[in-house]
Amino acid sequence: MATSSISRPQRETRDSVVIRFAGDSGDGMQVTGSQFTLETALAGSDFSTFPDFPAEIRAPTGTTFGVSAFQIHFGGRDVMTPGDAVDVLIAMNPAALTVELRDLKVGGTVIVDTAAFNERNLSKAGYARNPLEDDSLARYQVLKFDITKLTADAVKPHGLSSREAHLCRNMWALGLLLWMYGYERTATIEWLNRKFAKKPVIAAANVAAVNAGHAFGETAEMAEHMVGYVVPKADVRPGRYRTVSGTEGLAWGLVAGLRAAGIEKMVFAGYPITPASALLHTLANLRSYGVVTFQAEDEIAACGAALGASYAGALGVTSSSGPGIALKTEMLGLAIATELPLVVIDSQRAGPSTGMPTKAEQSDLFQAVLGRNADAPLAVLAPASTGDCFDVAIEAVRLATKYMTPVIVLSDGYLAHAAEPWRIPLEGDLPRFPVSYRTDPEGFHPFLRDAETLARPWVKPGTPELEHRIGGLERDYDSGHISYDPDNHARMTKARADKIAGIANDIPLQDVALGEDHGKLAVVGWGSTFGAIHRAVQMAREEDQDVAHIHLRYLSPFPRNLGELLKRYDRVLVPEMNNGQLVKLLRAEYLIPAEGFSKVTGKPFRVVEISEAIGKIV
Amino acid sequence: MTVTTITDAQLAPKDYASDQEVRWCPGCGDYAILKAVQKACADMGLVRERTVFVSGIGCAARFPYYMSTYGFHTVHGRAPAIATGIKLANPELDVWVMTGDGDGLSIGGNHMLHVLRRNVDLNIILFNNEIYGLTKGQYSPTSRRGTRSPSTPLGSIENPVSACAFALGAGARFVARSIDTQQAHLIGVLKRAHGHRGASFVEILQNCVVFNDAVFEHITGKDVAPEAQVLVEHGKPLVFGKTKEKGLRLKPGTLELEIVAAGAADVLVHDETNRPLAQLLAALEPPFPTAMGVLYCNPTESYERDVYAQKGAGQGKADLDALLNSERTWEVGP
Repeated sequence: MATSSISRPQRETRDSVVIRFAGDSGDGMQVTGSQFTLETALAGSDFSTFPDFPAEIRAPTGTTFGVSAFQIHFGGRDVMTPGDAVDVLIAMNPAALTVELRDLKVGGTVIVDTAAFNERNLSKAGYARNPLEDDSLARYQVLKFDITKLTADAVKPHGLSSREAHLCRNMWALGLLLWMYGYERTATIEWLNRKFAKKPVIAAANVAAVNAGHAFGETAEMAEHMVGYVVPKADVRPGRYRTVSGTEGLAWGLVAGLRAAGIEKMVFAGYPITPASALLHTLANLRSYGVVTFQAEDEIAACGAALGASYAGALGVTSSSGPGIALKTEMLGLAIATELPLVVIDSQRAGPSTGMPTKAEQSDLFQAVLGRNADAPLAVLAPASTGDCFDVAIEAVRLATKYMTPVIVLSDGYLAHAAEPWRIPLEGDLPRFPVSYRTDPEGFHPFLRDAETLARPWVKPGTPELEHRIGGLERDYDSGHISYDPDNHARMTKARADKIAGIANDIPLQDVALGEDHGKLAVVGWGSTFGAIHRAVQMAREEDQDVAHIHLRYLSPFPRNLGELLKRYDRVLVPEMNNGQLVKLLRAEYLIPAEGFSKVTGKPFRVVEISEAIGKIV
Repeated sequence: MTVTTITDAQLAPKDYASDQEVRWCPGCGDYAILKAVQKACADMGLVRERTVFVSGIGCAARFPYYMSTYGFHTVHGRAPAIATGIKLANPELDVWVMTGDGDGLSIGGNHMLHVLRRNVDLNIILFNNEIYGLTKGQYSPTSRRGTRSPSTPLGSIENPVSACAFALGAGARFVARSIDTQQAHLIGVLKRAHGHRGASFVEILQNCVVFNDAVFEHITGKDVAPEAQVLVEHGKPLVFGKTKEKGLRLKPGTLELEIVAAGAADVLVHDETNRPLAQLLAALEPPFPTAMGVLYCNPTESYERDVYAQKGAGQGKADLDALLNSERTWEVGP
């Protein structure tokens, strides 16, 4: 790409950088962030992103509750979270500045559009005085540009209305940021031309805005203290990569699991709920992969339809968030009683009740593991990252079909929307675990158990001579007929428990994600907190602290060596985005004095918070 | 999708009975319904392994255990949802939903509404005994005002729902009513319901001998039945009475029915494709005769067939590698 030859100060190197794009809901911050992410990825850096958009669908413009933000952490190494503190904040209006400023590092950079700091916007954001004109931003490096006018000038040749021109501001800002980190614009320009293929004038204007923002940096028009940076490439495993969100990871993993099991069809039944709906939307477009999606009348019916589909020999999958999972509870009991496969995806959000639907929490662990009437065990898994969502979904299908049981996958609102680079697996490299449906009438009864797995046979209605009846009433261990016999109920209760407990023999032993398998302190986490905990433990170890990181993917049953492993540490710290759930399960299961560390603000852990908690112990 | 009709003409009604001992109260109307269903199955030559009976909870919900077909006894009120999943997974199965007034219209009212509106190809048989039997006699959503029960010792003050009017309001394309003890009529209605593609809704007035005995006696009693029932048949005049001496017509200038002499010129002829007429018939209550038979039948494509008629549905051959490599990818070299 042609670049200006005007000499600029040498670019400075940064190991990693955190940028937050913030503006009004209508300012296009999410697409700006996504495009910056793509250019980052193409340049070979590692990254982790997190969008933070308002709960309101169309919040009034200029208000603080209408601020939409997108954060990206990128760099050559140690990018495990979207980043604790922000290095560069792009604030497209006063509301964005006031909402997002508190996460900016002291000495960090703020880029503002001065034109947006008018009396009206300042008042909506609650500023009595213009913060650009007093010393309230003295602790930061403030770059004030009239982005509105610069964009208008750049797109002028294309004859846009002033409103249309205003909508190109985000691309100008993107162009400037791409220059700042030495990234290409090629993919962005291709994307714009594709997106606006039917509106070539709009495409050309947006491209002009990107180029103008880039040239603005390049040609030294800007403040002289503004320098460009270089971020090193990440040292990652060779292969083909792409960006993946947790939602995509789960959807594609379910499809891959369906293939791996050799099942013809998946019936995915859901009911709209934030933040789980995106999975329904994604799978609705995968019909040609054997997926039938069904938007049910409620959460109960969604779970029922999925279970009915499993009964009929398809892979039944349902998905929701905490309050919706609560409604599915009764049906999960039926799935446990009738021993049918079912995959349940829970995108956890902050609660209880409606709580904070757009904010993430890990507070459905008890609900997943324990939250049913009677003794009703099932398997529970949790993905650690957006890419891990793919593998966990496959594993959920494997366990559900092999053990004829519901499996709950605990994702969360953070994973659903976050995105990370993902090494794309080849279909040929994926696992295979073909299911076999019972067709032989000889010696059949519906609850005949496999000696090894204790699973009952899966029979498709339509199979001759295997007609049978199942239901929620307790059934006889030997014949499968309805039974109220007291000893039989005790035996069946134990059989259901043993079946789930036996999964522990079919999953990997618990490993140590980082550090020794014994020592002073083990930090034990699960789910989406992986990155923050891992980085904090890594930093502690760099300071020669005796700390290890243990990350649980299997929450029910636990890996069979977990208790013995945890007992090899003097202390066990369990950071969780809930009021202390895993810590209680570990204490109850292993009688160890594990210590909890809770965060329940609806926001993911920062690395520094975990570091501080570690510091108090070691 | 190809539609195959396989029947098994060799089977007798007893061949549709399972080996399980039937455990309804002696004298329960459910016995008669079980008998009628088994006879209808034999008459139609239903293939047992392709037939699934799904139920919720309640006395009626025991039904699947007594059939030699596939059966799924599920949770209270949710049978329509589970049956929908079964049909989505395998539209070729012949799926029946056996429910009651509490199961289908109270705890499961929402599912009933939606399964009817979607028109999933199911035979939905609602046993209406106007009482909760299995829980020992509380009033139900179809109990008449004033019903005394353990939970309404002073008499119910709630207005009942009419099952057939509800079904029509929900958009059902097949709505019929029959009576447990009128076997020939019931078997005929069941066969019509089965022949209808889409959701078929059949209300059966069923006597609970223990908790609500004789609640339909004013309709079903041998002495009163000819006066108290109008047996509707498509294309035939709406007449009733011991000698079919009475008829129904639209009261001039109104949208309501009135009783006239059967010979009157404007006695209505039943048109089962006429929804407003079906709604008038469904709502008839004493002193009018209660309408029995197929009140409404006006088929359209069923839900699960429409699902599979949409592009790409039911095919699982698409390339997974292509999906995973869709959109922008990049190579990282060694």
